[in-house]
Amino acid sequence: MISLGIESTAHTLGVGIVNEKEVLANESSVYSGKGIHPRKAADHHADVLKNVLDSALKKSNVSLEDLDMISFSQGPGIGPCLRIGATAARTLSLRLKIPIIGVNHCVSHIEIGKFATEAKDPVTLYVSGGNTQIIAYVAKRYRIFGETLDIGIGNMQDIFGRTLELKFPCGKEIDILVAHGKKYLHLPYTIKGMDFSFTGVLTEALKYIEKEKKEDIAFSLMETAFSTVVEASERALAHTGKKELLLTGGIAASPRLREMCEIMCDERENKFYVPPFDLCRDNGAMIAYHGLIEYKSGKRMKLEDTVVKQKWRTDEVEVTWLS
Amino acid sequence: MVIIGRGAEAILEMKDFKDLYFPSKDLKIEIVIKKRIKKGYRIKEIDLHLRRSRTILESRLMHEAKKYVRTPTLFEIDPDECYIVMEYIEGDRVKELLEKINSEKREKVCFKIGDMVGKLHKNGIIHGDLTTSNMIYKFNEIYLIDFGLGEFSRELEKQGVDMHLLKEALQSTHYKYFLEDFETVMEGYEYIVGNEKKKEILKRINEIEKRGRYVRRDSLYNKQ
Ligand SMILES: Nc1ncnc2c1ncn2[C@@H]1O[C@H](COP(=O)(O)OP(=O)(O)O)[C@@H](O)[C@H]1O
Repeated sequence: MISLGIESTAHTLGVGIVNEKEVLANESSVYSGKGIHPRKAADHHADVLKNVLDSALKKSNVSLEDLDMISFSQGPGIGPCLRIGATAARTLSLRLKIPIIGVNHCVSHIEIGKFATEAKDPVTLYVSGGNTQIIAYVAKRYRIFGETLDIGIGNMQDIFGRTLELKFPCGKEIDILVAHGKKYLHLPYTIKGMDFSFTGVLTEALKYIEKEKKEDIAFSLMETAFSTVVEASERALAHTGKKELLLTGGIAASPRLREMCEIMCDERENKFYVPPFDLCRDNGAMIAYHGLIEYKSGKRMKLEDTVVKQKWRTDEVEVTWLS
Repeated sequence: MVIIGRGAEAILEMKDFKDLYFPSKDLKIEIVIKKRIKKGYRIKEIDLHLRRSRTILESRLMHEAKKYVRTPTLFEIDPDECYIVMEYIEGDRVKELLEKINSEKREKVCFKIGDMVGKLHKNGIIHGDLTTSNMIYKFNEIYLIDFGLGEFSRELEKQGVDMHLLKEALQSTHYKYFLEDFETVMEGYEYIVGNEKKKEILKRINEIEKRGRYVRRDSLYNKQ
């Protein structure tokens, strides 16, 4: 079966094409305005949709008529952005007379991660701009064991970067600063059970600006934030008794975060997995693949079921494709 | 030396007191050492700071809680090596106990649990991990252990979460008599904090459950 997936939850418009065995294409275009303006991001998605779709078809050597199904990210995310992807998916489904499946974006990250690595039943640390969650499959649901109580690590980085007047999005430049930091400046560390928050540490880090070297501030901020999520992940591993950690989301690109996860897993003799970066960040292939496995497990959707769900929680997803 | 527990952050060892302090033959007191272990993934400034401050906080909470409920006696704390030494409580964990006693006795135990939590909350202590694995029953008394996730607070929200976690623990581990058991726990709680406060807490637990967070985490407890 060939499945085409459309991702449009936030700043990325992605189109992926997959079959059961491989990713045939995974194209995207990222809205790069400062912060997220829902309308502007949605306009961007509408503008580039045709091009991204065409280039995915071309890359994969698949024509529209070859497609067996369409899937799209139904939520959670920004309403106007979600609606662009949903509308495109409905149109394709009607025109090509093929089934449509709406999937939960967070769960798609996990499923493509399992597909791309050898992870079978991991605890997932999902770190992106808006989301920072620790998720595991228990008693027939993907359950959130820990999550940020305020902002995601990506957003924290962006606010910090904007204050330092770094180029947006700031992840890469911050990674460079971090690599040059040496001195640890004391910062608060907020973890409660397996939940955490980042506004406190961010506020304190911003107070060091102009008093300390920016490399040292970035280093201290990121060491603190990453330690928090790695510790929460370790608690989730101990708690659930699972033996694998899967790291995904845009911030999985950070070399230091990967290293910390790896050491933590080594110390407790658990396995650590991280998919190739193109499958970590928001992308269309994960949506295509997730739709495919839901379809094959018997899931069917009518058009009236395809309304977007901005606040769709991971643990509300009915998991039909796993035992 | 016997390892009796191994969590995400600490290792618990049981030792004979005399080996540690008095090399004499006749004294036999068993003790538990709870040591927070080094984590290689975080830089040593963060690592040491966390292990130290948590060791200190846990011992303060235990010490303060001891004024109101039973907890193991603290013998020593070493903030630099990040361990605490406490009395070993030999008894049944309430987790196993609740499954093997008759309803009359269960009522007593549950009332007692509510009474203990009431005393903690009334005095500004949040336990942070109220499960029946963290309660040891000895000579008709219940001892509370593991204050590692606790804090000093009088906030209704925190008390609500504390009680909610206990409710989840009862529901998942002791589901057969869950409804009666939880009701009895709340009676014990009311006995200490009064009817108004009990109603407030029940209302808050309801809100917390509606928010959909903290979903039955306790059923996943991986403690032996
Ligand atoms: N003072 C004690 N007396 C007897 N058993 C204890 C004592 N302290 C801990 N234990 C045992 O060790 C286990 C783990 O201890 P705990 O303090 O809960 O550590 P963790 O925070 O790692 O869960 C407990 O479930 C209990 O069985």
